[in-house]
Amino acid sequence: MESNQYLSMFIDESKEHLQALNDNLLELENSPSDLGIVQNIFRSAHTLKGMAATMGFEDLANLTHEMENVLDLVRNNKLSMNENIFDMLFKSLDALDAMVNDIVEGGSGKLDVQHIVAGLKAIVSGDSAAPASSAAKQASSAPILSGGLDQYQLSIVEQSLQSGFQVFVIRVRLREDCVLKAARAYMVFDALERNGEIAKSEPSVQDIEQEKFDREFTVYYITKLDGQSVEHMIQDISEIDSVTLQQIHADALAQMRDRTSYAKDSQPGSDAKREAARTASGANGQAGAQGGSHAKQQSGSRTIRVDIERLDTLMNLFSELLIDRVRLEQLASELQKQELTETVEHMSRVSSDLQNIVLKLRMMPVETVFNRFPRMVRDLAKSLNKKVELIVTGAETELDRTVIDEIGDPLVHLLRNALDHGLEDTPGRIAAGKPETGNLYLRAYQSGNHVFIEIEDDGRGINRDKVLNKAIERGIVKSEDADRLSDHDVFQLLFASGFSTAEVVSDISGRGVGLDVVRSKIASLGGAVSVESVLGQGTKFTVQLPLTLSIITAMLIRLGSEKYAIPISSIVETTLITKEDIRNVQGMSMIRFRDNIIPLVNLAQVLEVPDHLLDDSGEMNVVIVHKGEKLAALLTDEFIGQQEIVLKTLGDYLNRLFAISGATILGDGQVALILDTNALIK
Amino acid sequence: MGAELKLVVFSLGNEEYGVEVDKVQTIERMMPLTRVPKTPVFVKGVINLRGVVVPVIDLRERFGLTAGEYTDNTRIIIVRQQSIEVGMIVDSANDVVDVDEDQIEAPPEVVGGIRAKYLRGIAKLEDRLLVLFNLQEVLNKDEIIQLEQLGE
Repeated sequence: MESNQYLSMFIDESKEHLQALNDNLLELENSPSDLGIVQNIFRSAHTLKGMAATMGFEDLANLTHEMENVLDLVRNNKLSMNENIFDMLFKSLDALDAMVNDIVEGGSGKLDVQHIVAGLKAIVSGDSAAPASSAAKQASSAPILSGGLDQYQLSIVEQSLQSGFQVFVIRVRLREDCVLKAARAYMVFDALERNGEIAKSEPSVQDIEQEKFDREFTVYYITKLDGQSVEHMIQDISEIDSVTLQQIHADALAQMRDRTSYAKDSQPGSDAKREAARTASGANGQAGAQGGSHAKQQSGSRTIRVDIERLDTLMNLFSELLIDRVRLEQLASELQKQELTETVEHMSRVSSDLQNIVLKLRMMPVETVFNRFPRMVRDLAKSLNKKVELIVTGAETELDRTVIDEIGDPLVHLLRNALDHGLEDTPGRIAAGKPETGNLYLRAYQSGNHVFIEIEDDGRGINRDKVLNKAIERGIVKSEDADRLSDHDVFQLLFASGFSTAEVVSDISGRGVGLDVVRSKIASLGGAVSVESVLGQGTKFTVQLPLTLSIITAMLIRLGSEKYAIPISSIVETTLITKEDIRNVQGMSMIRFRDNIIPLVNLAQVLEVPDHLLDDSGEMNVVIVHKGEKLAALLTDEFIGQQEIVLKTLGDYLNRLFAISGATILGDGQVALILDTNALIK
Repeated sequence: MGAELKLVVFSLGNEEYGVEVDKVQTIERMMPLTRVPKTPVFVKGVINLRGVVVPVIDLRERFGLTAGEYTDNTRIIIVRQQSIEVGMIVDSANDVVDVDEDQIEAPPEVVGGIRAKYLRGIAKLEDRLLVLFNLQEVLNKDEIIQLEQLGE
């Protein structure tokens, strides 16, 4: 087998399994007696082991093997979960994670796991039953006829019996150390098919080919051979642990026929079994998360992995189409031809549907970021000796992949902050008359063109005065301004750069470690972060993120002969002013807007537009833009209109430009620059 | 015999220059430029090159030569040096020639008003002299930033 070819697949799948292990273990910690979860964990560990062994990552395989031994005892009720076992399993997961990451970075996945392996072994040997014997016992005691045959298969079997064939149900169990399970299974099938016919296999042949089975499979086999020779035939294949045969006679078949006839749409056996497992685990109070993960596994077969570069190419091609569309729309409106207009209108509709799909292709659920948080919160809470429950909602909310890639670290930062400083310790909570366990909410939801992520705790809240005092001390706020600041303004100071250092922060409100970093990171994604807090009741951080970074709605404006685009997200409104509205305050032009006096920026002058003449005789167009709470009015020559534009970079040669965040291509093929209005607001 | 080099030959004023073919993406006729505010004077703006926005510099002005009129012969040579893609406005782009590495000599201090650090060498062909650019230096980003700071 060419290993390299499978490496990326191995890495992807290992990560998925590790995540599943993590999730399930956390779940199990909440309901330690739920054997359904243990079963899931076992399965993930087992698959991981098989894959690792196939790829030759021995340490990985060894460690998972030891984990499996422990889990096997647990699922057979020979061992009950306790804190020690949980910690050991979590430690093993961390080690596995480290190994997989090493492999990702081109390493060999080697790691010294002696102490963990020893720890796991100690757990196993602490119990009287050896894992091997329990496995064997399970194999023999389980009922062999677990699934039925459907109507068609039954009739085949029936006919075979009538024409003098023997029918057997054969259960084959592969050895535990068998590496290429699918290959072994294939050899069994091959041997059987040389001397007869397989009426049904369970799991299905496809599942077996894809190694989607544990270590055993069952086949209904029609042959002229007698039972013993069939058994020998299979035993001759290496790495077979056991073979169990049961002959089916006509009367047994009749019974089966009865059973299938009332199970109306004769479920294939494996599905029925899975179905049963699901309802069982659902009954155990795991309905939510458990059902979710099952659904995910099933929908897994309906998705394909696509190289992200292809999606980027698709996006680029589509954006060119979008430019042509705008061009066509212009032409159609100039030519005023009925047929052309209709066709262009239709094309526009189709292309906006297409646009939605293309953008959606790049969307990923925030779950991919969120799913590492439960574990992180658990560990952190443990090390801080606090009781915390993390409540995650809206994990299915989708965001552009580019944003997903970047948003993890800021969120970790905010969560850590909430755990470390926001939530009180247990005595503190009791003293405050709150339940011992603190609640930490992580919510995601979409609203309009934005996705909001909230991190809320029911901890001690932010002390306004302390923040203010610190800000004054640090020279961020003048003491004479302090009284005029609203609570919101004060809390926003937490994000000011230079506001905090670690020791100061845990000392005062317990907020602000590197929050300026969080803010700038989120701002670089085109988002914003804000904070609300009630002293003694809790704190809520809200992160607002744009849905996508590739296509935005913008207002096109004209300055002299040049056109610029202003993102709609930064526009408050457009309005008309006359010369009389402009006041001169300390050498700066200001206008009154609503109840504020805001600066008026002569955009053409700032951008040094060469052929611009200011005509202030009549009404002048201004765009009111905002940067957070601050407003400014931008003087423009003309509003051209609102348009969907495709963001383009100006390339590496021109970076660090003043007040320009990128470019777009207009319908006429001209390039228009996109204004970064934040740079224009002081 | 050294390795063969294929060069795109273009002219600025009276001199002929060469740039390696493999650095050249395409050669375009003059097209509408969108001015980018607050950039050095030699940055003429950006163009739409089949859906990609590419900055364009005037090579004459880049080297402090007198700016010329753009004519029908004026060309934009799109070059790529690592991650940087830039269009260079030249008086004309003439042809492609093969040059032997052995024919390339170290550049003198100044050629046609261009300092040696921007030059890779001079190729002496039978009937003509070709000045080879050191694209790395010509497209040096740090220099833009320095120039910008000088301008402010």
